[in-house]
Amino acid sequence: MPVSQANSRVVYEAVKQCGIRLLSALPETWLVHLIRMAEDDPEMKLVRLAKEEEGVGISAGAHFAGVKSAMLMQNHGFLASINGIVSFAQLYRIPLVMFISYRGHFGERDPWQTQGGHCTEDVLRALRIPYAFLDAPATVEKRIAEAQCWAYASLHPAALLLTRELMWEEA
Amino acid sequence: MQRLDCLRAIYPHLEDRIVVTIMGAVAAELQSIGHRPNFFYLQHAMGLASSTGLGLALCLPNEKVVVLDGDGSVLMNLGGLTTLARYKPANLVHVVFDNESLLSVGGFPTATSTGADLEAIARGAGIECAATVLTVEEFEEAFRSAIDSNQLYCIIAKVEATGPKKYVTDLALLENRFQFQRWIQQKVGQAGSLRRVGNPPIPDQPR
Repeated sequence: MPVSQANSRVVYEAVKQCGIRLLSALPETWLVHLIRMAEDDPEMKLVRLAKEEEGVGISAGAHFAGVKSAMLMQNHGFLASINGIVSFAQLYRIPLVMFISYRGHFGERDPWQTQGGHCTEDVLRALRIPYAFLDAPATVEKRIAEAQCWAYASLHPAALLLTRELMWEEA
Repeated sequence: MQRLDCLRAIYPHLEDRIVVTIMGAVAAELQSIGHRPNFFYLQHAMGLASSTGLGLALCLPNEKVVVLDGDGSVLMNLGGLTTLARYKPANLVHVVFDNESLLSVGGFPTATSTGADLEAIARGAGIECAATVLTVEEFEEAFRSAIDSNQLYCIIAKVEATGPKKYVTDLALLENRFQFQRWIQQKVGQAGSLRRVGNPPIPDQPR
């Protein structure tokens, strides 16, 4: 499977570095290594979801408890979570950090991913959720730290888009 | 059985507990008995009260968490029951007031009015301790044994489809949210027990 294990490791180490100790996740191809890393890490609480929107409530609960957390999901999972994001994270000012795999953009071969890929950024903009791309290992740690910093300063959701450039290695 | 009578019966047991409620009648009636800083009313995002309780319960294993849910909300997040069952937080009590209706938006019937059995659904999801109660006495007894136990409990309380005259209270959503968070942090210390069990300190500011 040409999902980059090395770059997944870079992302995972950055997640740990900024104090995240709870990850809620629903698997998808690009996230397999990240989820395995969380699974193998005794310092990380991995919460496996049935549907991504649950992660908004779990992260809000973790925030109230004083624990830093993040959601790990595909962009279609983000699309499925919108009411929770708007009516909980935004309404109640929760610093929700979302790692979103950006499927369906240029280079995508799976036809079923393409419509979600086409609207992901428009939806993020419509919700006024700031986002940054994770597209090169050298800038991953800084971008994650800055997104989390902004989320906590503003008490607002922030998104990091895991891109094909970072996550996929052609065989 | 009236929801308000159920809430009155367990109100003394909610002191010092972390309590998360759904919107609508549950939030308004609990506030009518008396708001406390340890009560958080999730005034929207239907379905996520139980997920919020799960996040709290996983991060604060030494605290008891009570979720006061409803049939309309729980039906919007049935998958969340399977997630609760997967982690089985021993410190979580999940109460579902089932009035078989979406009361605050016209009283239209939910699927529990046509046979959907929330106790059976909870058990099927993997929550072993699930019970349906029909009287206030049964409810109070079930709640007390749930809170004293060391197991995830789901209590389905069948109540009448009646509620308060209005749902908006004078407690602002954000006031409630920050007061709740501060109450928890004062009770448990700055961070949750993920820190206390010996993990590296969680920095207040990211690097």
